[in-house]
Amino acid sequence: MVGFSRIGRRLGRTAIQAVPTVLGIVILNFFLLKAAPGDAADAMAAEAGSATEETMKMLRHRFGLDNTLLVQLLDYLNNLAHFSLGYSPRYNMPVLQLIGQRLPGTLILMVVALVIAVVLGLFVGTLMAIFAGRLPDRVLSIVSLLFYSTPGFWVGLMLIVVFSVNLGWLPSGGSGTIGSDLTGLPALLDQARYMILPATSLALFYVSVYARLTRASMLEVKTQDFVRTARAKGLSPTAVTVRHVLRNALIPITTLAGMHMGSMLGGAVVVETVYSWPGLGRLAFEAVMARDFTVLLGILLLSSLLVIAANVVVDLLHAWLDPRIGARA
Amino acid sequence: MSSSEGTAAGIYGERFHGTEAAADLPPELTSPLEPQWSNLHAPDARSHSSAGVPRRNGLRAVKTLLRNPNALFGLAFLGAVVIAALTAPILYPDDPLSMVATPFLWPGQDPAFPLGSDSLGRDVLSGILWGSRISLVVGLAATALGLGVGIVVGAVAGYFGGWVDDLLVRVIEIFQTLPSFVLLVVLVAIAEPTVSTITAGIAIVSWPTVARLTRAEFRALREKDFVVAARSLGYGHARIIFREILPNALPPLIVTSSVMVASAILMEAALSFMGLGDPNVVSWGSMIGAGRELIRTAWYLTALPGLAIVFTVLSLNLIADGLNDALNPRLSEER
Repeated sequence: MVGFSRIGRRLGRTAIQAVPTVLGIVILNFFLLKAAPGDAADAMAAEAGSATEETMKMLRHRFGLDNTLLVQLLDYLNNLAHFSLGYSPRYNMPVLQLIGQRLPGTLILMVVALVIAVVLGLFVGTLMAIFAGRLPDRVLSIVSLLFYSTPGFWVGLMLIVVFSVNLGWLPSGGSGTIGSDLTGLPALLDQARYMILPATSLALFYVSVYARLTRASMLEVKTQDFVRTARAKGLSPTAVTVRHVLRNALIPITTLAGMHMGSMLGGAVVVETVYSWPGLGRLAFEAVMARDFTVLLGILLLSSLLVIAANVVVDLLHAWLDPRIGARA
Repeated sequence: MSSSEGTAAGIYGERFHGTEAAADLPPELTSPLEPQWSNLHAPDARSHSSAGVPRRNGLRAVKTLLRNPNALFGLAFLGAVVIAALTAPILYPDDPLSMVATPFLWPGQDPAFPLGSDSLGRDVLSGILWGSRISLVVGLAATALGLGVGIVVGAVAGYFGGWVDDLLVRVIEIFQTLPSFVLLVVLVAIAEPTVSTITAGIAIVSWPTVARLTRAEFRALREKDFVVAARSLGYGHARIIFREILPNALPPLIVTSSVMVASAILMEAALSFMGLGDPNVVSWGSMIGAGRELIRTAWYLTALPGLAIVFTVLSLNLIADGLNDALNPRLSEER
């Protein structure tokens, strides 16, 4: 099919473009790791309790830490090529495996938050655009600006005060009832209960971003000729708004949603520490507290790759949604 | 220089300074006592004449800004925060981290401590006032640093183009791909948290946005007539970049800088909430972090510093919105 081959070509081009970025990130990551205080030999010595100068020298030699920086960089790249991000003595397991355990938790949280943000943002933004300049628009604008200015972790804490402490409706942390033997649907509902507060506090900031963007781009699309045509041929206002205006206003929103993957990961770091959600962010926090830089930089590298992957997906989505985008580039 | 000439130059000087006709030369240059050999020293004469052009851009923008009630509210609240930051050492000369009151006083319970005290008997109001200093210092310094680096990188990339542009765009792309808050956590964790490392870290994660914006503006402006004119007058690259193009690229950068201060304050708060703040100073984020464990019994310890953050950041965002309206020529024409 023509569509598939076009998307395939686009995928190839995007992948080639991503190579220098990935390489740059990997090299930056290596130098940050070198800049971090202490190396693997120090960590081993600390675990053992004591070490002589000779033992340290031997350890460094065994890990290749006495080589020149360039050789060490090549070693690092070689390890990465074999999907090894190093070993964490504290957790007693390879970093990649450790991250692999925590990644799904963060991804679920981010996807749920993104869905909440896009759906709610589109809804609020559409309302604002319909009532542009009138009272509902002004009130919603101020409310969305308020959420735009609120740190996610503080929203999280306030939601805990209201919904867990005072009302007792929702749990204040964790990812599931400990020791419960629920299976199937009840288990899923149980997990969903634990998901509501973290996902909401992560999403609120983005709700306001998407609401403002939807409002702006809908007002822009509204003035175009095809909308007048749709109205002139007798379509109902709802049909015009949903089928013609909103649909065309969606493209900048998908762009932004893809760009937000990185900042949402950052938000997840803080929100996960609030709700002790077992994800990548919580792991990053633990790694910072333990000064475990191998784990911390592994997270940085993997989350950057995640952002690149998200950008590729958005690119492909665009090429599929709007054929002109693929043709122009 | 006569006043009427100054006004005319002021109006046209906004976009076309450097291209005035010879008739606009200031009188001192055309006086008979000092014969001007403009054919010999044309560039010098021109730079002399354009140096005296008063810059009046922004006056109308300021008026528009002051007519906007939301922006006024933002300016007023931000002014109050600045006053709080300046007067904190006078009102509360003691260390805000010292224990002065009975622990767990609720707000309003003791008139001497209007906002209550925390689990160690530290005055919450004193903490919030002193915390505003850290938020403002980090916010402003990080923004200044980020703007400086971002403008220089973006200007060089956008002005020169070619391989310099390609290289710098790659670097910008790398920094924009790294999740900024995760990178900030890594940077601050590597270089022990102090106010200056946090400021530098926030600047490092925020300059790429400025660089991208500046580059786009410079690419759009570098082929404009007034830049070509400046180039034909023999002005150097630095002069063209900073005196000719940059003033015309400023409006979006001014709006961005207000948003940058807001997000720097948010990032500092999140860092110190996570325990990655400077341990020797009190900040709003660290107050929230300390109050977090007691959220079931004393939620005001979390709520009050949070409200300080929300309203400070809100006022900065309101100012940014107001600036955007005031500096956007399309909108201000209609008013």
